[in-house]
Amino acid sequence: MTERKTVTKWFWVWEFDKEERWLNEMAMQGWALCGVGFCRYSFERCEPGEYTVRLEMRENDPDYLSFMEEIGAEYLGRMFKWIYFRKPAAEGTFELFDLDAKIEHLSRIAKMLWVVGLANLVIGVCNTISLHGLGVINLLAATLLMYALGRIEGKKEALEREREVHE
Amino acid sequence: MNKDFALTETTYYILLSLTEPRHGYGIMQQAEALSNGRVRLAAGTLYGALSTLCEKGWILLLPVVEGSRKKEYMLTEKGFDVLCGEIERLRALLQSGDAVLGGLRK
Repeated sequence: MTERKTVTKWFWVWEFDKEERWLNEMAMQGWALCGVGFCRYSFERCEPGEYTVRLEMRENDPDYLSFMEEIGAEYLGRMFKWIYFRKPAAEGTFELFDLDAKIEHLSRIAKMLWVVGLANLVIGVCNTISLHGLGVINLLAATLLMYALGRIEGKKEALEREREVHE
Repeated sequence: MNKDFALTETTYYILLSLTEPRHGYGIMQQAEALSNGRVRLAAGTLYGALSTLCEKGWILLLPVVEGSRKKEYMLTEKGFDVLCGEIERLRALLQSGDAVLGGLRK
């Protein structure tokens, strides 16, 4: 029976690269990601450095999952719009994106934050006007989401500057 | 698309890998072999590029063999022309580089 453990950990949306680094550090220590839940990560024992773990935000796309399976990546699960993969490191480098696709990925995240942030703003304003007590929560959420959007846009701009000279 | 635009390295190696039918993983392996291990195609990028190149008609999706779920792709004549044009463009780049730095290069 493979040894397993579950770790509860919180990452902000703009920390998805930090999350990925952490998951790969866990793999280096012999804990391979095997499942995801809300702020919960399940790991199973592996050889240190046996797997490379990658995550991304993507709309549900069964074709993409079967493509990833075909190239030898194991789909580990979905949390909201985030999907997680792992691939044996011995099979070579496992990257999801080149520079252009990284920029496009950040645009996808930014778009999602805009939609959710705007919805919270509208609901918050409506509830505040109608003196519904919970409006302030939506307004706080909208503020946080706009902050997240700023962080994501910052990352995107840095990559776009890079893209002006590199591919 | 303007035919004077440069191809990305990913597009270039996908086209170059599809002179014979290959599936996704086969393309990644071939690109790596052709470039002596330097080019490692990123999975998400490759997935997006394959559908874009199909839409452009530069490659085509071969009929799926019964009992196999793997999708195989192949270069089209249009794709072949694009590839030849790109090789000419790259040759011109090299010539400019050599003309200027020919004697100075380390």
